[in-house]
Amino acid sequence: MKIDLTDTTASKINKGLVKARRAIGTPAVGMVLTLVVVTDEENAYDALKAANDASREHPSRTLVVIKRVSRSPRDRTQSRLDAEVRVGTDAGSGETVVLRLYGEVSDHAQSVVLPLLLPDAPVVVWWSVDAPRDPANDPLGALSQRRVTDSYAAEKPVDELRSRAESYEPGDTDLAWARITPWRSMLAAALDQVDCEIVSVEVAGEESNPSVELLAMWLADRLHVHVRRAVSAGPGLTQVRLETTGGPITLHRSDGAMATLALPGQPDRAVALKRRETSELLAEELRRLDPDDTYASALRFGVDRLGGIQSAAERAEAAAQPVPTLPVRAVTEPAATGVQPTSSESGNSDRPTPAKMPPVKKADPQ
Amino acid sequence: MAPHSGSGANPLRDPADRRLPRIAGPSGLVIFGVTGDLSRKKLMPAVYDLANRGLLPPGFSLVGFARREWAHEDFAQEVHDAVKEHSRTPFREEVWQQLVQGMRFVQGTFDDDDAFERLRDTIDELDKAQGTGGNFAFYLSVPPRSFPVVIQQLKKHGLADQEKGSWRRAVIEKPFGHDLKSAEDLNKVVHEVFAADQVFRIDHYLGKETVQNILALRFANTMFEPIWNRSFVDHVQITMAEDIGIGGRAGYYDGIGAARDVIQNHLLQLMALTAMEEPSSFSADALAAEKEKVLGAVRLPKDLGKNTVRGQYAEGWQGGEKAVGYLQEDGIDPQSKTDTYAAIKVEVDNRRWAGVPFYLRTGKRLGRRVTEIAVVFQRAPHSPFDQTATEELGQNAIVFRVQPDEGVTVRFGSKVPGTSMEIRDVSMDFAYGESFTESSPEAYERLILDVLLGDSNLFPRTEEVELSWKILDPIEQYWDKHGKPAQYQSGTWGPVEADEMLAREGRSWRRP
Repeated sequence: MKIDLTDTTASKINKGLVKARRAIGTPAVGMVLTLVVVTDEENAYDALKAANDASREHPSRTLVVIKRVSRSPRDRTQSRLDAEVRVGTDAGSGETVVLRLYGEVSDHAQSVVLPLLLPDAPVVVWWSVDAPRDPANDPLGALSQRRVTDSYAAEKPVDELRSRAESYEPGDTDLAWARITPWRSMLAAALDQVDCEIVSVEVAGEESNPSVELLAMWLADRLHVHVRRAVSAGPGLTQVRLETTGGPITLHRSDGAMATLALPGQPDRAVALKRRETSELLAEELRRLDPDDTYASALRFGVDRLGGIQSAAERAEAAAQPVPTLPVRAVTEPAATGVQPTSSESGNSDRPTPAKMPPVKKADPQ
Repeated sequence: MAPHSGSGANPLRDPADRRLPRIAGPSGLVIFGVTGDLSRKKLMPAVYDLANRGLLPPGFSLVGFARREWAHEDFAQEVHDAVKEHSRTPFREEVWQQLVQGMRFVQGTFDDDDAFERLRDTIDELDKAQGTGGNFAFYLSVPPRSFPVVIQQLKKHGLADQEKGSWRRAVIEKPFGHDLKSAEDLNKVVHEVFAADQVFRIDHYLGKETVQNILALRFANTMFEPIWNRSFVDHVQITMAEDIGIGGRAGYYDGIGAARDVIQNHLLQLMALTAMEEPSSFSADALAAEKEKVLGAVRLPKDLGKNTVRGQYAEGWQGGEKAVGYLQEDGIDPQSKTDTYAAIKVEVDNRRWAGVPFYLRTGKRLGRRVTEIAVVFQRAPHSPFDQTATEELGQNAIVFRVQPDEGVTVRFGSKVPGTSMEIRDVSMDFAYGESFTESSPEAYERLILDVLLGDSNLFPRTEEVELSWKILDPIEQYWDKHGKPAQYQSGTWGPVEADEMLAREGRSWRRP
């Protein structure tokens, strides 16, 4: 069931929600949280799809906030709120309101979101793109217990990590961190099986992927040894190598799906380490809403304390591995391609500011 | 907690790091009776689902043991088919590739020494090839009469010996005997070979989310515990109903009956969780101590004839299908006195529950498949409303729906909209599927993982099993000597005698 409301207000949207619920005959709902998705028109479809899929695990009221660009001075003085209320099969297992904000109101999104939050239930904000520098002090971020950013979607991921570390507040978290949970889990399991001192570590992965840095920082923070960050052709993370007193432990993945775990004195083993969909990452984020201290600690270790990028020769060697980069990634992780800085549609040198966005074909408000 | 083979703690493990799952240490699972239904429908899919959720260690191995002439590949194919058909999570090739490397099959019968030698070689080979570290759990999905021989074979071939910090565990399924004596004998056989803390008795009800939620609801909240006693509770009804008959299990079922099959384990465990005092911690020892206290305090009514009922399903219509009576089922003696329905009343003799009856009932071919615990409260001691206003008001109740549609229902009175004062029962529902994951893990997933982790919270212990038999034995003995089962039409809620049993005390069964 879908209700379109143009030039509306939060109280009319609330009425719309009640009406839609009555119409499909499920008045009582067991939603556990409000998920606010902040995105732009270009990424709205993917973000909403991921949020709906995640809502199958965490029934939620999803509020999608789309700030529309005003291109003329006249538009900017006008202000309008359009909403689409979706309940039932159109909205995963919960309710969805897509909010489109034009003109002045787009600077006051929190005034629209606040009345639409579920009573008592926790609030999570997810910026699928264009996360603010300081999430906790953003007007929308201030409404929430949990603030999810995605530094992979940023133009300069490493800089992004630095600023995340500076502005970190308990409750902040990043999808680039969720992406490496299976790796961390597998590495911890590997260390369960051997008994030796770790001497040094090398983490390799594609250049613009902040997950590689985060994994390296986590290892450095936990193991207190020198950790080098190496560059490979990807996709994503490709290898972690722990030099230990008993011989090297390596976890190597070249195709983004199957990895090989090699432990000293034991046969190599294939382990499943598939790159995950955005919806799965989001579902993981929503599983726990308390501050993630491990993330904070890894983040605060600091990107600049990691060992440097590899020499050109080593780099060539790493690149020689038979891995086609982008086409493969586009197939294995479709949800992520839309937000990749390297993909064709999300701009080039700078983060796309509203002014540089491609023209939008929506009729002007009368 | 994953075991760490070395001296120091694993630096990558941190209790504050809650994203990292509880992942089992290096280990393998050996399933006896791997060609059976339980194995195909529950165990194999559960192993796959665990692997898919990343909860199994790299190199996890699965060994099947059965009489069938299979090569490793045939076994892998069988598991593959079972997983595709029954697993909860979607099939992913890379997860399968990880699992299939550790799959082995050993052909043989339970009295075949060669086969057990081959099993030992297989385990040694897996330790080398897969790094399972000598840690193996033996899952005995076999008929009860085969328990002793398999256990003895494991001992004879050194398969139960734990070496150099490794573990060997035995997982056994109900029935744990058919009376106190046989249960004690069985425990003796098992404990001779495996230490008490390495024996895991599966009661799959305890792996269910709702059952664990009984403890969360009672002990993590403040609003339920103050009324959870004889001052407010009128009585408790615990029901486990099945809509199916005995199917092809005549050989197993006849002579055992509903009370031994269900009340002795599932229902008494559910009762213990509902009635127990707050454990000092959520550890296995503390939980077992409280459960044992409750089971030890259970008192049977003096007149067993009036306070127990047994029945047999007769011909009838169940959910639109014609069903034959129990005595007409294939392979059942027409003179059989086996109960397919049992209802008993017990009391818990302690300060909290004195005088509060607990009614337990179970049966086959009842109205529908449902398991629930209903705590029914006393009526308000005084009502300011007149008689006509509250005519339709029942007793307040909190109902734990264990299956299907896991959740909790609270029933209370509410005013009917309109000009006159009229109060009627309404329900407030909490459904697991609605507020949490669409598909919560299968009970077997949780239990297998707990076995591999060595976490025995959710497994009944020897003492609990023996205490439960002490409760049931007098009833079974009484039934042996007196009368025969009442007949009830298939597809109904049991014999009229059961209704009369409650009616005598001014109560009635809920329609679950």
